[in-house]
Amino acid sequence: MQKEDNLVLGGHEFHSRFILGSGKYSLHLIEAAVRDAGAQMVTLSVRRANTKEQENILDYIPEGVTLLPNTSGARDADEAVRIARLARELGCGDFIKIEIMKDSKYLLPDNYETIRATKILAAEGFVVMPYMYPDLNVARDLANAGAAAVMPLAAPIGSNKGLVTKEFIGILIQEIELPIIVDAGIGSPSQACEAMEMGAAAIMANTALATAGNLPLMAAAFRQAIEAGRKAYLSGLGRVLLRGASASDPLTGFLRE
Amino acid sequence: MVRINGTEEDVAGKTLAEYLEAAHYRIAYIVVERNMEIVPKTEYAATVLQDMDEVEIVSFMGGG
Amino acid sequence: MVNQYFVDAGHLSGEALIKKRRLEREPASRTNHMEYQPGMEQITSDVRFKVTEQIKNYDAAVYTAKEVKNALEHETCSIEDLKALLSPAAESYLEQMAKRAQAETGKHFGNTVYLFTPLYIANYCENYCVYCGFNRYNHIRRMQLSSEQIEHEMKVIADSGMEEILILTGESRAKSDVHYIGEACKLARRYFRMVGLEVYPMNTEEYRYLHACGADYVTVFQETYDTDIYETLHLAGHKRVWPYRMEAQERALMAGMRGVAFAALLGLADFRKDALATALHAYYLQKKYPHAEISLSCPRLRPIVNNDKLRAMDVHERQLCQIICAYRIFLPFAGITVSSRESADFRDGIVKIAATKVSAGVSTGIGDHENKYNGKENETSAGDEQFAINDERSLHRMYQDILDEGLQPVLNDYLYV
Repeated sequence: MQKEDNLVLGGHEFHSRFILGSGKYSLHLIEAAVRDAGAQMVTLSVRRANTKEQENILDYIPEGVTLLPNTSGARDADEAVRIARLARELGCGDFIKIEIMKDSKYLLPDNYETIRATKILAAEGFVVMPYMYPDLNVARDLANAGAAAVMPLAAPIGSNKGLVTKEFIGILIQEIELPIIVDAGIGSPSQACEAMEMGAAAIMANTALATAGNLPLMAAAFRQAIEAGRKAYLSGLGRVLLRGASASDPLTGFLRE
Repeated sequence: MVRINGTEEDVAGKTLAEYLEAAHYRIAYIVVERNMEIVPKTEYAATVLQDMDEVEIVSFMGGG
Repeated sequence: MVNQYFVDAGHLSGEALIKKRRLEREPASRTNHMEYQPGMEQITSDVRFKVTEQIKNYDAAVYTAKEVKNALEHETCSIEDLKALLSPAAESYLEQMAKRAQAETGKHFGNTVYLFTPLYIANYCENYCVYCGFNRYNHIRRMQLSSEQIEHEMKVIADSGMEEILILTGESRAKSDVHYIGEACKLARRYFRMVGLEVYPMNTEEYRYLHACGADYVTVFQETYDTDIYETLHLAGHKRVWPYRMEAQERALMAGMRGVAFAALLGLADFRKDALATALHAYYLQKKYPHAEISLSCPRLRPIVNNDKLRAMDVHERQLCQIICAYRIFLPFAGITVSSRESADFRDGIVKIAATKVSAGVSTGIGDHENKYNGKENETSAGDEQFAINDERSLHRMYQDILDEGLQPVLNDYLYV
């Protein structure tokens, strides 16, 4: 029997390779988005509770979906660790997406602090999924620190610019044994598909859906694109190298035996 | 005075459970941090808010 | 098939001869080759298990032209692609493999070819490796150079312009102890900019000491990764312990050495599996120690003193070329050394495709560089050779020949830190 092609994160298996963000759109759209995305994992943030708003996002997320809280708002490792512990106390599992940004203009992740936080949280038993700028040395450090996946950005967060860092994500896919989940900057299904064809393990998207005219329909489009890209990757997509025909002397003419 | 989610409130002497109920928090969806320490839900009734306490009450929101 | 390895040993005492014959004929008389001997450091590493797992499941016969063509079209060569490129099916695509290999070599090394020379300082050996001229039962002239003799040889070599040296000994801890090798490294640091070692595998602390003495590169040939065949070829001595040998490169890296080199002696066992294992051994270690400089050698079995029948039976030049091209395509960044075991024509051809390092001015004997370089005969003080070489060119000749091929010979680009 063919082994199921599952995404494995910290010992948990998922057949969906689409991680759905829940920011920047109405709570009432979440259920349809999750359904049409086929998503099994949804990201959340941790914020000061508001007593006025009696509805909570947890009321809108369907049963069985794994929650992936992020540490957005953290400016260094210590703040990220604090947020992660609060998130775990909310009682929704051990997953944590580390997001540490010191820069409020471009929102680029601080790789150094991210490594620090990963080390601390992995030791505390979290399933750590660090969001990072795609740097091979950092990815290795994250793997050694105990990360369950590495989440390189494709382009500045919210930019919808696509695989701007393609070459570097490609290197991470080649060199790092952990799942490489492309996060941030993916603006359209075709870009998600391209990342999956390269061998990315999953796609995380939020803004691309939040800014679409019809959110559930876009969620379905992403789902299909991600599945198509995965299949292409598994089928052994051959990238034909451009090498013009050359009529030079044979290189192997010297061989005798 | 007790500083709760950044706002000064005159609730010193009340228990945490009393405060949360009066303010209509849904206990299942929140976590409380008092002076940087997480307060387990089972200790809300026994936790008396003190003058100068810093309290953060957080819950999940949408996010990417 | 006639055993091509065992040679008559009429010079041996009765007792030694009985022991030799028993080792050859009675497997039960030999020690467990998978068991570490006392004093051998055991590190915790999964590399050898990963390699073993891959070769166990490798059946070269199942690959067809389709997989070979796919492998050549992929931008990065996967382990599966490597398996296809090492299969018999790839032999018909040798020219295409060579073109791809040449392009990869160009990307990482440009037109350069590095030159070095080996210096054998002793040929005493405690092992009984049936195919090796230095084996303890082989009746050869044994010799170990003194400090003065080593320095003299180094001067002769350095005067020829050589800047990189590879120090070799037979594998005798008793005769050539770590301190002796360390002294040779210290001398070599004075005459050469790069000092490599090809000596018996040792513990991390010993490698650390030799690194401090000036060595920065450790070469260990695993000979064969097939443990069953290994057992039948390495009958006695510390080399008998397969896992300790296989972990030598990792210990060297742990000790701070900059680079390590790998090789299977092609022709001892299934050469396709051995080539696969060599490439994967290097690949997994590079993944684990990303800073390490990796290089591969590709020796074929050669005749030795007292046994001119030895041959690498089914590894012909075409197969050797195929292996080297596969190494290059799978590990584009790795150095590839082709030794003087191969002919001048082969070496001239392969440096244009994939090899990045060749030896020149080679002698595998002991203390005969004076004779070799300057034509001074000194018969009495030379020790016999490890194996017969096939390319006798001097550094000067080699340098000119490489230039004539349109390539750039390089003596050194390295700084010891």
